Amino acid sequence: MKVEQISVFIENKSGRLAEVADILSKAGINIRTLSLADTTDFGILRLIVNDTEKATSILKQNNFTMKKTEVLAVEVPDKPGGLSLILNVMKEASINVEYMYAFVEKSGENAIMIFRFDEINKAINTLQKAGIGILKGEKVHSI
Amino acid sequence: MIWNEEFETLPREAVEALQLKRLKNLIERVYAVVPYYRKKMEEMGVKPSDIKCLEDIRKLPFTTKEDLRINYPFGLFAVPFERVVRIHASSGTTGKPTVVGYTKRDIETWAELMARTLTAGGVHQGDVVQNAYGYGLFTGGLGAHYGAEKVGAAVIPISGGNSKRQIMLMQDFGSTVLLCTPSYALNIADVMKEMNIPESSLKIRVGLFGAEPWSENMREEIEKRLNIKAMDIYGLSEVIGPGVASECIEEKRGLHIFEDNFIAEIINPITCEPLPHGEKGELVFTTLTKEAFPVIRYRTRDISVIIPEPCSCGRTFKRMQRITGRSDDMLIIRGVNVFPSQIEHVLMSIKGVEPHYQIVVDREGSLDMMEVQVEVSEGIFSDEVKVLQKLNKCISQELKDTLGVNCKVKLVEPKTIQRSEGKAKRVIDNRKI
Repeated sequence: MKVEQISVFIENKSGRLAEVADILSKAGINIRTLSLADTTDFGILRLIVNDTEKATSILKQNNFTMKKTEVLAVEVPDKPGGLSLILNVMKEASINVEYMYAFVEKSGENAIMIFRFDEINKAINTLQKAGIGILKGEKVHSI
Repeated sequence: MIWNEEFETLPREAVEALQLKRLKNLIERVYAVVPYYRKKMEEMGVKPSDIKCLEDIRKLPFTTKEDLRINYPFGLFAVPFERVVRIHASSGTTGKPTVVGYTKRDIETWAELMARTLTAGGVHQGDVVQNAYGYGLFTGGLGAHYGAEKVGAAVIPISGGNSKRQIMLMQDFGSTVLLCTPSYALNIADVMKEMNIPESSLKIRVGLFGAEPWSENMREEIEKRLNIKAMDIYGLSEVIGPGVASECIEEKRGLHIFEDNFIAEIINPITCEPLPHGEKGELVFTTLTKEAFPVIRYRTRDISVIIPEPCSCGRTFKRMQRITGRSDDMLIIRGVNVFPSQIEHVLMSIKGVEPHYQIVVDREGSLDMMEVQVEVSEGIFSDEVKVLQKLNKCISQELKDTLGVNCKVKLVEPKTIQRSEGKAKRVIDNRKI
């Protein structure tokens, strides 16, 4: 159920993001989706790629500080109220969303959103009980 | 104007005779009561009776900041603790400060020296002294305060910071004298400009500036922008605080060292060999009158030159040139002494932080800004912004608590701080003084 995401620390200076993209492209890594959280001084680039192991090792070779984190790819009904339905389910279960971002591709009629929850296992149970679809890791990496 | 005609204009022979008498007394006393000094003297094979003339001071061991650290906090005090009435502290090279103590008589001596300093700058009874040196463990605030009261001036103990309030009180109370660091004087001028307050609305006539190195260019700028006379004063807590040496308003060329209380030497900081007058080197002070915390040949790390020629003001005390640098890596940030080793000490105490850091100092407007760049290792990296921001805040708070001065912390990517062969280049100082 869980999807492996790579989080990379980058300084807020021009050209730095381009360098990351460049390093990954030269290694033949395909970025499935990404999000950038930024502050005035630094940013955290979160990536889901087709080959997490290879991407991790190539970024390490290039001296980046990074971390693998587990997130969930959740199917969100692509209609008004779709997202609020999921958020309400989590709120009822007292699960916090640390952050979330959208996936580029769709899964059938549903949009896909990446969620980082504070309690991932509880989140899986809760979503499943509510009948909300979660994409399998392998599927997400290869979409 | 001279505060103490009798001592400040003593003929040279009398100054030197007094110094020798006081030096002999000092050495006998510390040899008898401070085991650490005694041990150091024994190691060098020197006894109090070996001090027969002033040049014999060269036989005595030096005292360094390291000696003070080893004896933290009160190991070098030379009186029973009941006689200590005041304790001050300044930056040490690690997490522990450098501690100094004063007896009742030391406080009186200090007030006398600051009265001389203020009088040399033309301060007198009837003046309103705005004392913007920091009050507290730092010797600047209280040292200047006692001296200003002694000359009979009205003291405003406003301490440092809050420039708008400083300006308001200068206007409302009609302050005639400003005491602060030279860069803070410029900051006040900057804020006045922003507030559209002309310098003619103030009655400030003179400023006595110290606690950080400055230049003739800065003097000209301060004098022009505030329309005052700007005087350079010198001191350090290990020796007594402010009141070690000061310029006279007649010449403003070199600071008279209060030689009846201190013996100054200049040494080569590498070989430790004494240098003749007129040569540039590290200042070394021996205190002749202090009771609680005397120091023998204390290495200040400040670079200066001793000017032996007489001065037109009538004082017979030798002068020292304004400080032009340091023989160690100490930084002075807004008047506060900061050692890179203190910063390293703080960083090492935070879990996961690696010893890769760099200190960048700049002057924004007239205020010193210090940024500490810390490499983000895997140990401290989190994928959540708030965790990293909390870490950043925690590091800057710890640094502020230890250093006593605000600094910005910037998290940077690993391996971006230059690694150099041997000694790492920790400090980039972009200030132009």
